[in-house]
Amino acid sequence: MTQPSKARCYTEKSMTFIAQAQTLTLPKPLVLRSGHTLTDVRMAYEIYGQPNADQSNVVLVCHALNASHHVAGVYADAPNDVGWWDNLIGPGKPVDTDRFCVIGVNNVGSCFGSYGPQDVNPATGEHWGGDFPVVTVEDWVDAQAALLDALGIAQLAVVMGGSLGGMQALSWTLQYPDRVRHAAVIASAPNLTAENIAFNEVARRAIVTDPDFHEGHYARHGVLPKRGLRIARMIGHITYLSDDVMNEKFGRLLQDAVQYQYTTQAVEFQIESYLRHQGNKFSDYFDANTYLLITRALDYFDPAREHGGQLAKALARAKAHFLVVSFTTDWRFSPQRSREIVKALLDNGTPVSYAEIDAPHGHDAFLLNDARYHALVRAYFDGVTTGPTRGAA
Amino acid sequence: MSNLRTLHTLANLVPPGSRVLDLGCGDGAMLHHLIQTKGCTGYGVEIDDANVLACVKRGVSVVQLNLEQGLSTFADQSFDVVLQIDTLQHLRNAETMLRETARVGRMGIVTFPNFAHWPNRLRVLGGRMPVTKRLPYQWYDTPNIRVGTWADFEVLAEKNGLRVLDAFGMEEGEVIRRWPNLMASTAVFKFERPAA
Repeated sequence: MTQPSKARCYTEKSMTFIAQAQTLTLPKPLVLRSGHTLTDVRMAYEIYGQPNADQSNVVLVCHALNASHHVAGVYADAPNDVGWWDNLIGPGKPVDTDRFCVIGVNNVGSCFGSYGPQDVNPATGEHWGGDFPVVTVEDWVDAQAALLDALGIAQLAVVMGGSLGGMQALSWTLQYPDRVRHAAVIASAPNLTAENIAFNEVARRAIVTDPDFHEGHYARHGVLPKRGLRIARMIGHITYLSDDVMNEKFGRLLQDAVQYQYTTQAVEFQIESYLRHQGNKFSDYFDANTYLLITRALDYFDPAREHGGQLAKALARAKAHFLVVSFTTDWRFSPQRSREIVKALLDNGTPVSYAEIDAPHGHDAFLLNDARYHALVRAYFDGVTTGPTRGAA
Repeated sequence: MSNLRTLHTLANLVPPGSRVLDLGCGDGAMLHHLIQTKGCTGYGVEIDDANVLACVKRGVSVVQLNLEQGLSTFADQSFDVVLQIDTLQHLRNAETMLRETARVGRMGIVTFPNFAHWPNRLRVLGGRMPVTKRLPYQWYDTPNIRVGTWADFEVLAEKNGLRVLDAFGMEEGEVIRRWPNLMASTAVFKFERPAA
C-alpha cells in the first residue's frame, strides 16, 4: 500500500485528527452496468490510521447519498469540517483508527472530488453535466475495488456503510466475496420499496423541472437549479427523521409570532423554516446531476433481481461475517428491510449478528451518537481479528 | 441456570458439530461453549439489548428478535438442535413456540422451572405461591407467565405429536431421573418431531 503522507496529529480537545483528502486516477477504464465506459476515473479518498504488516486491518467506509470520502477527522485548513462519521471512527472510537486502517472513499458521479458530472467528457471536450452515464451501486463497488487494487490492498477486514453505504457494503460481499472478511450493513435495505422510489422520484422531478436545470447542462448556461435541489432536500430530510423527533423538536411552534399571520407564502411554522434552511444549505454545496445519479443508483440496487427475487439465493455468494443494524424509528430503511437481509443470511447459514437499536431519530440515527449502537459496533470491531494469526473469515 | 455444571449437563445433550439455534440465548455462554468445545455452529436469538451486546462481545452470532413474533425468520428443519433454555416460561404463546421449535429444528431441548418441585408444593399447600431460589419472584412481578410442571410438559409434548427422546429433572446441574416431577427444580426435555 502506498503510504499516505499523513501526519497523525490529533487535535487536543475532540480526540480527532487532521485528515487529508487524496486522489488517485484509476489505471484501467471503468466499465459500467449501463454499457458505458469511463476512462481516467479519478477517485477521492482519505486514509486514517496505519495498515499493519500484512494489511489485515483495512476497513473501507462507503458513503450514503449526500456524503463523501471525508469520513472522520477535520481538515487542517477547515477545523470545523468534521467527517460525517467522526463520532464512530477515530482514535479510541468504536472503529478505532489506532488499530484499524480506515479508508473513506468518494463515489463516481459525486460532486466532492471523484470523477463526476462536473468533469469534462473527453468525447465532447465539454462538461459531462446531464450526459454523465448512470452509475449503479455495483459500478461504485467496482471502482472502489479498483482503487484498493491501485493502493495494493488485497482484502478488507471490514467493509461498512449506512443506508446507501450499507448497500455498497452488501454488494461488496457479493461482487468480491473473497476480498471481504466482515461487512457492517447499517440502516440499509436489500432494495428500495415503491414508496422509497417514489420519494426519490419526487426529488428528481423537483430538480428536473427547475427552469434552471437545462437537462443537466446548467453550467453551460451559467446557472444552478437551486430551487429544485432545495425541494429535493426538503422532502428527503422529512423522510430521514421520525414523526416523534420532528414533533418533539418543532411541534406546532410558530416561527415569529404568537398569532397566526394568515399567510400562505411566508414561513409560519418553525418546521417550515427548518426545512427551508436545510434546503438552502444543501443547494449551496450539492450538485443537481449528482443528486439524480445517486438517487437512481439507490433505485436500481436489487441484488435479488437476477435470482428471481430470491434474496437468499443472491446472498449465497457472500463469504463474509455480517453485522446488520437497524433503528426502530427508521421508516425510510425500516427494521423489516434489515430483517430481510438477516433472513437471507440465516437461510444460507452465513454468520450474522443483528441488532435493532431502539432510537427515536429515524433514519438519521445511524449518523448519531447512540450509546447502545456505538457499544455494539465497538464490540463487533473488537472481535475482528487482524494480524498474521488471524483465522479464515 | 447459568452455573457451569448446568451448562455442561445441557451441553451434553447436544451432538458435536450440530447447527444450533439458541432461543433466548442470554449472554451467549451456552452457544460459546458449544462452539468452542463441541465444534457447533449457530445463532442465538435475544430481545434484550445488554444480552445482544454480551453475545457480540463473545463473538457469538446473535439476532435481536422478539420471540413472541414467532420464528418465521427461520426455515423448516434448518437447525440440528433448537435450544430453549429457560425461555418457554416467558412466552405468551408457549405452545406455538414449542411447535415452531419442532418445525425449525430436527431436535428440541427445552428447560423450564418445574412448578411441582416439592418445596413449591409445600409452599402452595401453605396457601402461598412459591418463592424459591429457582422461582425467586413474587406472584405479582414474575416474568414467568407460563409456569408448568415436568408432568405437564409430557402432556403438552404428546398433544403436539412430539416424540420425547429424553426427559429428566435437574438440580444444580445434577441429572435427576428418580421422581423428577417431585425432586427437581428444573425440567429438561429433549424431543423431536417424528417424520410425517
